[in-house]
Amino acid sequence: MKMKDESMDNTGMRIEAHPILDGAAAPREVAFLYDGREMRGYEGEPIAMALRAAGVLVHRYTKKQHRPRGVFCAIGRCTDCVMVVDGQPNVRTCVTALREGMDVRTQDGYVAREVAS
Amino acid sequence: MNDRSRDIGTFIPGADDDMIICRCEEITKGEIRRAVHDGMFTIAEVRRMLRCGMGLCQGQTCARLVKGIVAAELGVRGTELESASARSPMRPIEMRVLGRDQ
Amino acid sequence: MTRYDLVVVGAGPAGLSAAAEAAKAGLSVCVFDENAKPGGQLFKQIHKFFGSKEHRAKTRGIRIGEELLAEAAAAGVEVVLDAAVLGLFAERELTVRVGDEVRHVKGDAIVVATGASENMVPFENWTLPGVIGAGAAQTMMNLHGVRPGKRVLMLGSGNVGLVVSFQLLQAGCEVVAIADLAPSVGGYGVHASKLARTGVPFYLSHTIVRAEGTDHVERVTIAEVDASVPGCVFVPRSEKTFDVDTICIAVGLTPMAQLLNMAGCEMKDDPARGGLVPVLDAYGETSIPGVYAAGDVSGIEEASAAMIEGRIAGLAAARRLGFLEEGAFAEAVAAQEAALAGLRKGMFAPGNKGKVFEATDEGVPIAKNLLRKGFLSEEEAKRFWLDSRVKPENDNRYSGVHPVIECTQNIPCNPCQDACAKGCILVGADITALPVVGKPEDCTACGLCVASCSGQAIFLVNEDAGDGFAEVTLPYEFLPLPESGQKGAALARDGQALCAAEVVKAAAPKAFDKTCLLTMRVPKEYAQTARFFKAEVGA
Repeated sequence: MKMKDESMDNTGMRIEAHPILDGAAAPREVAFLYDGREMRGYEGEPIAMALRAAGVLVHRYTKKQHRPRGVFCAIGRCTDCVMVVDGQPNVRTCVTALREGMDVRTQDGYVAREVAS
Repeated sequence: MNDRSRDIGTFIPGADDDMIICRCEEITKGEIRRAVHDGMFTIAEVRRMLRCGMGLCQGQTCARLVKGIVAAELGVRGTELESASARSPMRPIEMRVLGRDQ
Repeated sequence: MTRYDLVVVGAGPAGLSAAAEAAKAGLSVCVFDENAKPGGQLFKQIHKFFGSKEHRAKTRGIRIGEELLAEAAAAGVEVVLDAAVLGLFAERELTVRVGDEVRHVKGDAIVVATGASENMVPFENWTLPGVIGAGAAQTMMNLHGVRPGKRVLMLGSGNVGLVVSFQLLQAGCEVVAIADLAPSVGGYGVHASKLARTGVPFYLSHTIVRAEGTDHVERVTIAEVDASVPGCVFVPRSEKTFDVDTICIAVGLTPMAQLLNMAGCEMKDDPARGGLVPVLDAYGETSIPGVYAAGDVSGIEEASAAMIEGRIAGLAAARRLGFLEEGAFAEAVAAQEAALAGLRKGMFAPGNKGKVFEATDEGVPIAKNLLRKGFLSEEEAKRFWLDSRVKPENDNRYSGVHPVIECTQNIPCNPCQDACAKGCILVGADITALPVVGKPEDCTACGLCVASCSGQAIFLVNEDAGDGFAEVTLPYEFLPLPESGQKGAALARDGQALCAAEVVKAAAPKAFDKTCLLTMRVPKEYAQTARFFKAEVGA
């Protein structure tokens, strides 16, 4: 049995103020589903960013070794961050824009991982 | 480079043979090294045998690593090995889109 | 099938420059880019660029990106985003995925400016979530406003590793260490120094042994590599373990030349250029007539060089199609080539890759502590405090405020010379020469040199500000901005606390472009060692 790791606080990942960059014009917060539960992110940002801000690091488990994977290149090249989005597997979440009501699921091999409801 | 009668010595297991090299197809360093000893002397052959570099990302991450491992196993410089061939499509694309040819 | 005079693949610095140059000559130009935003890496580069006026030095990458986009738009360039080029075929025909369809496009000339991809280095558990490329960190922080993690270890001390580490600090992350397999810092010393003085430790001749964690990175262990034996053998008992949530990898780039390879261009495996690259003529044309390559795809260099290569390719395409006469072409190319030659000089020039220098062009022995630990030792700082070479004992020209320049490597950069209206700072005609403070007595303490230095290596020092105190002005690009009167500690070049310090002034006028100039008061004896300010915790 795996224990949930609580040692690393995964909140506060959004940069509220930056010495060089001016923040984007007020983004619209939208709700989406992550493994069946409601989560919030900014409309139009990559799905992976909304997940990172919410503390989600594991995007999928691999087919052969069932090992966790997450964001690696963040520009759509490495395909490590793929998830099942609106029923479609292998969606690169680092380059797919978040929309309201999206159904985002952890990918296990090539299918959505079963989650206890 | 394709001279298969060339003696490259016997396969010596390494401590890091279990390390994943091709992240997409989950191919380990040991598998790649073994393939060379099984007679796969070119990148193309190693790829066809193991599928390393032929997964979703098409070798974007591992091509350079695989080349280095094969070269080291053969005892040659990386520049002496022919790079993996490049083919269209350059990026992952669904068949339904590829078929919608305008 | 749509036809254009010029089709450009990649809307980064090289591609946009090629497009703008060709469109200004009258060509119809379309640029395809697979990303949702144009600009390539420029919009992730929030630091000020090196170089000279013609290279837009001291301007931040993000603003250069904005200028380039505006220039291309004004010239009538069409930019299609979210458009992945899938193939380059005979007769310069391209297939491009746009939305849910595949389009066929033809260019009478093609410029491939696809850039580079990041190299990776495998280690135990390198597939764990939390192990990311340095580019990923940059993308997350600077494009999307999300921190990749809170505590980060950076692997790689080249310019990418150093620049991204600094950006991580600016984004409010902690950088626990920078490790590099090489025995000396790979990037500019000034980039290393601005990290070291905030307290980031450098571990050269070190690499990652393993990452650990259940579902994501929780720890990383590095160890020293024994340089006396071939292969990667760790020095016994040299392991260091850090609690981190992120490991960033910045171990070089590989040209992304697959499109040119598949098209059948003559290629060459050239380690000095980063890998498999197309064979090009003087104007960037490949072995296939009318197909050009520019930027990192033809060999890894800085963005400033990529922009010039792009312009040359754009001009060459214009000449090929008859939009530019030979004379006009030759003149325009000559100007670009001169600018490019300026960038390709100095210790970090492409031709000097891997070369170990013993002394600068001026004959000053190089700063070995800087290469080994990321900061100048006190002795090195004195050796390179260039005005000390011309400063006789008790020279009263140095009373009052004057610049101290801690720039110790021959790199192509001279904004400091242009910044000083009084002409105090001299670099000379050769832009890789080390700057010299020629007339310290003329310094008006305007601070423009401090703000203009892309390496943040210029300080204003008043060795005797009265009452036994000195005042040191330093560039400061972090939040929260300290306020005058705020107390804290002055840190030395190695990031260690030296003495108590009080902020006298902190200002960021518009001309400094977001670089704040912080003046702190320290006891007199620390005038030449105090180089950073750290606010008291809880203050």
